[in-house]
Amino acid sequence: MPEAANPQSPAPLPVTVLTGYLGSGKTTLLNRILSEDHGKRYAVIVNEFGEIGIDNDLIVESDEEIYEMNNGCVCCTVRGDLIRTVEGLMRRPGRFDAILVETTGLADPAPVAQTFFMDDDVRSKTRLDAVVALVDAKHLPLRLKDSKEAEDQIAFADVVVLNKTDLVSEEELAQVEATVRAINPSARIHKTQRSGVALAEVLDRGAFDLSRALENDPHFLDADDGHHHDHDHECGPDCDHDHHHHHHASDIHDVSVQSLSLRAGEMDPRKFFPWIEKTTQIDGPNILRLKGIIALKDDPDRYVVQGVHMILEGDHQRAWKDDETHESRLVLIGRDLDAERLKRTFEACQA
Amino acid sequence: MPTVAPLDLSAYCIAACWLGDIPHFALADGAVHRLDHGHKTVEAHDGLAAARPAQDGKTLITGGEDGRVLAISADGTISELGNAGSRWITAVASGPQGAVAWAAGRSAFVRLPNGSVKEFQHPRTVEDIAFAPKGMRIAVARYNGATLHFPGTEGKPAELEWAGAHTGIAFSPDGQYLVTAMQENALHGWKLADGKHMRMAGYPAKVKSMSWGPKGRWLASSGAPAAIVWPFQAKDGPMGKLPLELGTRGDQMVSSVAFHPKDEVVAIGFGDGMVLAARCADQKEVLLRRPGKGAITSMAWDSEGRRIAFGSEAGDCGVIDISG
Repeated sequence: MPEAANPQSPAPLPVTVLTGYLGSGKTTLLNRILSEDHGKRYAVIVNEFGEIGIDNDLIVESDEEIYEMNNGCVCCTVRGDLIRTVEGLMRRPGRFDAILVETTGLADPAPVAQTFFMDDDVRSKTRLDAVVALVDAKHLPLRLKDSKEAEDQIAFADVVVLNKTDLVSEEELAQVEATVRAINPSARIHKTQRSGVALAEVLDRGAFDLSRALENDPHFLDADDGHHHDHDHECGPDCDHDHHHHHHASDIHDVSVQSLSLRAGEMDPRKFFPWIEKTTQIDGPNILRLKGIIALKDDPDRYVVQGVHMILEGDHQRAWKDDETHESRLVLIGRDLDAERLKRTFEACQA
Repeated sequence: MPTVAPLDLSAYCIAACWLGDIPHFALADGAVHRLDHGHKTVEAHDGLAAARPAQDGKTLITGGEDGRVLAISADGTISELGNAGSRWITAVASGPQGAVAWAAGRSAFVRLPNGSVKEFQHPRTVEDIAFAPKGMRIAVARYNGATLHFPGTEGKPAELEWAGAHTGIAFSPDGQYLVTAMQENALHGWKLADGKHMRMAGYPAKVKSMSWGPKGRWLASSGAPAAIVWPFQAKDGPMGKLPLELGTRGDQMVSSVAFHPKDEVVAIGFGDGMVLAARCADQKEVLLRRPGKGAITSMAWDSEGRRIAFGSEAGDCGVIDISG
């Protein structure tokens, strides 16, 4: 694109997407990001001014507006309002260092994420940093019962802030966490009260940055090997929840999203690349997120992939370390995934 | 030899245009600059989002992130035509007898020659507005098509449907055709007499700039490494015909186009700031400006067709004199 071809073009600005139901603590977190001293200036795209008690001319109101493109496939939907607003903001650069997008409780996160990949102008000036989902620990079971969106928001998230933990018992919290884990095994979970998560855990995550994605993410590598260690979250001193359960989506009530963790040895690139392309083409509408680290035969580098529906990105990340096993891991989060077929065809790509 | 008089400004140029003999540059930071016996500036908005000159060429109509719609005359006088509060004014248009239209969210507003303002609400965002060349009629670009309103009467709007998001809109100078730019890399057109569709696709990028040639015989567009110029001489417009590709470059996209007011010559602005002129008849090219600091965002010829005011994303604006 013309902008990208320009040597003077400034580095793309990071965009953080905040999802979560009404009452999950989004506004509290937003207010903290806007008021705490972290040395960064944020432009914030919100749905309603009303709730934010901070006067800031970089807060822009925007009506969620889904644009279907081409054929109406879910994979080709973008948010028209975000394209307009981000383009408008980017015409006056230098006023802010990053963008926050707050979605309504009922928002589908896929078009939000896809906007940052599918619109060339937006893509050339910004980069999606992470999708952060706030979850109300007390009300999650109810939300999952009455909406698909609550589940989608968790499934899509790179970071889940499990909030209002003071309103539930230890057992309830363990149950809610297990539910979140069952929907999304690769997200980082932070348990908080009053949205009290360290801002470094939600901002500048580089979750869609292939050079950083899945790096230092022990949980990802542990996923689905039969026992959870939950290394990643910040356990408090009183944290004594059960670390040794593994839940399949089917075990949990009101959850239709499933995650599939595939594991294999070194892959034959001539088989793997056609396979992943075909898989995202065919199963794309059912795949919400996809993340993987692939060991390619005769390749000293880790190959990382990540995707949203049919959008797929992959690149060499870094050399395998001496103490790392050359194995391929792929996590698919979606609905109606044919686990048997995906597992069989994935394994057939081995060298 | 063409000569370039540069005007180095520091913000994104929304519109470069002429009010009479005076080039104007409306920038995204809200300032409107002009070259009138020296460089003069008016601070118009806290963030300027849209600007187009009035049809009579006497004022510049601007809309801002501050919700205001202004008319700025060549001596820098500002008058406020409308105010949408906290909403951004994302498009402005001007019509016959001083009529002005603007877009804020899902509403299009029309200020009629008698000063009264009418609001037209839509189920989706108003992406762009254009006045028909004759009669008091506006067209609104919206999701899944375009809507025609007749602000002077109480008549019902006419809907033109085509799936997808329509982000820009223009009538042909004879009023026969309505063309929209789409979120997808394509233009769409309607022949207004019979509602016939015209699909103009195949662009590698979104079309952000369109310009009609003299007498509406051609429509030039950006969105490719050449200016894509569709022939509109035949009864069904460009259907079944190939467009001209003018000023092709291997490594740069065209970002702005502007037809000469009298001759079938297009000024072509590129992503790296270069400006060429190319002639439809023999596709001959002339270099008008070497690459600059940023993509050309807007260009306009003066009424004589001797000078071109141009502006860029990076703010390096100027005036090209081709009579040199």
